[in-house]
Amino acid sequence: MLISRKKFLQVSAGSIAGVALSSLWLPKLLSAAGAKNGKGRLPVIWFQAQACSGCAVSFLDAEYPSVDDVLIEVITLEFNPVVMGAAGDMAMDVIDRMMAEEKGKYIFIVEGSVPMEADGMYCTVGEKDGNPITALEWVKIIAANSMAVVAVGTCAAWGGIPSAPPNPTGAVPVSKIVKDKPIINIPGCPPHPDWMVGTIVNVLKYGIPELDNLNRPVMFYGTDKLIHDNCELRQYFDSGIFAKDFGDKGCLYELGCKGPVAHCDVSTRGWNSGVNWCNRSGGPCIGCTEPFFPGGAGSGLYEKLPAVEVPGLEKININANTVGLALGGVVVAGIGAHAAARMIATKYRQNKEEKNRDKGTPYILKEKEEEEDK
Amino acid sequence: MAKQVITVDPLTRIEGHLRIKVEIENGKVTNAFSSGDMFRGWEIILRERSPLDAPAIAQRICGVCPIPHGIGAVFALDDAFGVKPPANGRIIRNLMLASEFIHSHLLHFYHLAALDFVDITAILKYKGIDPKLNKIKDWVKSDVDAGIKSAGAPFLPRYEGDYIKDDAVNIAAIANYIKALEVRRKAHEMLAIFGGKIPHCQTLFAGGVATQLNLERIISFKSRLAEVKSFIDNVYIPDVIAVASLYPDYFKIGKGVGNFISYGGLPVDDNGKMHYTSGTYIDGNIGDFDQKSIAEFVKYSKYSSGSGLYPSIGETTPDAKKDGAYSWLKAPRYNGKVVEVGPLARAIITYLKGTDSDYKSLIDSALSTLGLQPQDLISVMGRHAARALELSILTDRMDEWVDELDPAAPVHTKFDIPKTSEGMGITEAARGSLGHWISIDNFRIANYQAVVPTTWNGGPRDDAGNMGPYEQALIGAPVADPKNPIEIGRIIRSFDPCLACAVHIVEGDREILKYRVC
Repeated sequence: MLISRKKFLQVSAGSIAGVALSSLWLPKLLSAAGAKNGKGRLPVIWFQAQACSGCAVSFLDAEYPSVDDVLIEVITLEFNPVVMGAAGDMAMDVIDRMMAEEKGKYIFIVEGSVPMEADGMYCTVGEKDGNPITALEWVKIIAANSMAVVAVGTCAAWGGIPSAPPNPTGAVPVSKIVKDKPIINIPGCPPHPDWMVGTIVNVLKYGIPELDNLNRPVMFYGTDKLIHDNCELRQYFDSGIFAKDFGDKGCLYELGCKGPVAHCDVSTRGWNSGVNWCNRSGGPCIGCTEPFFPGGAGSGLYEKLPAVEVPGLEKININANTVGLALGGVVVAGIGAHAAARMIATKYRQNKEEKNRDKGTPYILKEKEEEEDK
Repeated sequence: MAKQVITVDPLTRIEGHLRIKVEIENGKVTNAFSSGDMFRGWEIILRERSPLDAPAIAQRICGVCPIPHGIGAVFALDDAFGVKPPANGRIIRNLMLASEFIHSHLLHFYHLAALDFVDITAILKYKGIDPKLNKIKDWVKSDVDAGIKSAGAPFLPRYEGDYIKDDAVNIAAIANYIKALEVRRKAHEMLAIFGGKIPHCQTLFAGGVATQLNLERIISFKSRLAEVKSFIDNVYIPDVIAVASLYPDYFKIGKGVGNFISYGGLPVDDNGKMHYTSGTYIDGNIGDFDQKSIAEFVKYSKYSSGSGLYPSIGETTPDAKKDGAYSWLKAPRYNGKVVEVGPLARAIITYLKGTDSDYKSLIDSALSTLGLQPQDLISVMGRHAARALELSILTDRMDEWVDELDPAAPVHTKFDIPKTSEGMGITEAARGSLGHWISIDNFRIANYQAVVPTTWNGGPRDDAGNMGPYEQALIGAPVADPKNPIEIGRIIRSFDPCLACAVHIVEGDREILKYRVC
C-alpha cells in the first residue's frame, strides 16, 4: 500500500508552512517498521562507481531520522566504502557473503555512473586473486543477486556529468547495465537525504513506491512537484519582476532558472534541515534532477530557457499574463502560468534535443531518442 | 624473512577509489605503490561549455569538498573576466569555504579516521544512562546474541589490532562520533545559508555570489558558528589530543617526504592579504611559493602523453592499459621535488614564517601539552593535530568575518564574458593546495584544468622514480600482522585522501599561453 495521494498532499501542504516533511511522516513510518534486530532491517550494499561521494555525504545529512537511527533501525548497511570499518579483501568478502547468503534479499544502491569504454578499466573497485575488478563487472554481478536496485544521484540514474558529451569514458547509467531487476531512480546532484531515506523506508514497509515513467518515486518527483509551480519566487514571475543580475531580487528566469522544467520537491521541503534551497538562495535552479542535466557541449546551465513561440505571433517573453493574452486574449494569471510552464517544458525539451543533435547528446536523451525512433 | 606483498584494495573510509600495495620485510614496509583507480575526464567535459558553468560543474568533481573547486573556478573566472567581487562577495565565499573545512575535518577525524584507533566493541560494556549510547549498545548486542553475521555493520568487520584499551575513552569517542554527525551537518547548514544547498552549492559566480544577504541569514549563521566552534574547542581538539597521547609512536610513524608547499588562501581584504600563508618548506628551507615551478610527470600514470612537459606542449590522452603505469593520478612536482600539501603543510609554513601569531601560539601550546617538538608534527598524529588546531583559529576568524558583512551592500559585481581570455584560481582546500586554470575562446571554455591536493599527496612515482608522499610515508612503517594491516590505513588516512578530486586529465591540443603548469 502506498501513502495515499490525498494524505501526501495534506502533509505537503504542512511542509509549506515551514515544517520539514520528513519530520512529519518518516518517524511514523520508522516506528511502524519497528525493527530492533537484524531480521527486521533491510540489508543494503551501497556501491560507488564513477561517484564523487556527494550522494553518500548528502545521506549523512539526514536529520529526521538521523543517519545513525537509519543505520540502527531501518537498514543494515553491510557495505559502504565511505563509512565501513573493513578494507581490502575483508571488504570484498562482505559482498561475496551477501551474494551467497542473502541472495535476492538485499537492496543494491549504486552511486555514480559506470564506464563502459576500455573494458571498464576507467573504474576499478577492488581486487580478486590479484586482478582488478571493474565497476562494470561488479555492478552486473551484485545486481543479479539483489532484490532491487536503487540508483542514487543523477550519475547513476541518468549518466550525469561523466556521461555529458563527449563522454570520455563511455559512462552510462545503471539502467543501461542492469536489465532484469527493478530499478528505482533517485536523481539529484545530490539527491536530498529525505528522498533516499524515504524511498528505502517505503521499500521496507510497503514495497517499491509508485514510480513515474522514468522510475522516479512519484512522491518526490511527481508532475505536481514542478519547481516552477511551487517556487516561492513565483509571485515575481507572475508580476513580471525578473532578477537581471546575480544577487538581485526577482524571479530567476532571466538568469537561466530551469524551474519550469525541473521536478522535485525541494521548493517546499528545503535543503540542509530546511535552512535554504536553490532558488531561495538566489542561485538559479540548474535542473539537476532531470535527464537533460548537465546538457551537451555548447549548452549552458545558466542559458535562459527558450521563449515560448505561439503560432502567428512573434517570440514573446515568458510571462503568465502575456502568455494568457497570446493564447486567447484572456489574462488569467493562475491558469495561464501553468499552461505556460507546460509549454516551456515541452519547448525546452525540443530545443534541447535539436541542439544536442548538433553538439552531442547526453546519454540518457540519446537512449530515449533511439527508443522513439523505433 | 621472505618478502611479503599486501594489497589493500579498496582502501575504504576515504573519498573514492584507492589501492595501496606494499612490500614487507622483517615486519616493516620496504616498498609502496599508491594507485588511483577511477577516471572520469572532467576537464574534457567542461570544454566548449559556457564559462559560467565552470563553478557548478567543477564543484561536482567531489561531493566531500565541492566548495574549494567552486572557489578555484570563480577565482579563475574573476581573473579571466577581469572582475572583482565586492567585499560581501569575498567574505561570503570565505565563509562558505571555511564552513566546508569544518564539515570536512570533522568528517575526516570522527567518521573516517577514528575507527582505526577507537574500539567500537567497547559499546557492549557501556553501563551509563545515555539513551543514544544504550540504543547503540542494544543494537549491537541483540544482533550479536541473535548470531547475525553482520552485527555492528558497517563498522564491523574490521582489521584486528592495537585499538584503544580504555573503555571510557572508547565510549566517549563513540558518543562523539554520533555528536560529530550532527555538528558536521550544522556546518553544512551554515554553508547552505549562503550557498542554497550542499553538497554542491548554487551561489558561486564570477564577480561574487548570488546569495540574497539579509540579517536573518547572518544571525542564523553566527549562531550555528558559535555552537560548532564550541564543539571544535571543547570536544574535537581534546579528542585528537587524547588519541594522540595514547599513540605516541604515531608521532614517529608516517613522516613522509618532509617537504611542504601551500598556495595560500581565503583573502581577508581586497589587497590580497590571505588567511592562509603561501610558501614552501623544502629540504629544511622556508621559501616563497611560485606556481610556475609546478610540473606533472606521467611515466607511471595511465596517460600516453609526454612527461615532465607543460601540458600545452604535448598531447595528453588516457591509456587504461599503459605498460608499467599503475595510477590514474599524475605525479606533480615542485621544482622537481616531491612535496606534501594540506593542513600540516599550512601549519609548518605558517609556524616557520611567523605570519599568524595566534596559530603559532596554539601549536606551541599543543606541543607542550604533548611534550613534543615542532618536528614531531611531521607524522600521522601531526596531520590530525594540524587539522584540529587550524579549525580553532579559522572559526575565530569566521566570527570576525561574518561581522564585516553588510546586508545593504551588493554581493555581486556585473561582468561581461570576454571573447578570449585566460584565468588562474588558486586556493587552499581542506585537504591542501588547489589550483584551477581556464582558457576561454569564442566565449566558450577552450581548456580547463585542476591540480588538486590528493594528486600532490597520492600521486605515483615520478619519471626519476621518486615515490609520492603517500608512498614515502609508508616506507619503514611497521606492519605487525600482514593479515590485519591496520597501520597502512592509519598512515594513508592521515592525509585525508580524496580520489575523485585527484584524477584528472589535461588535453593539450589547445595551448594555455600564460599558465604552463601541471
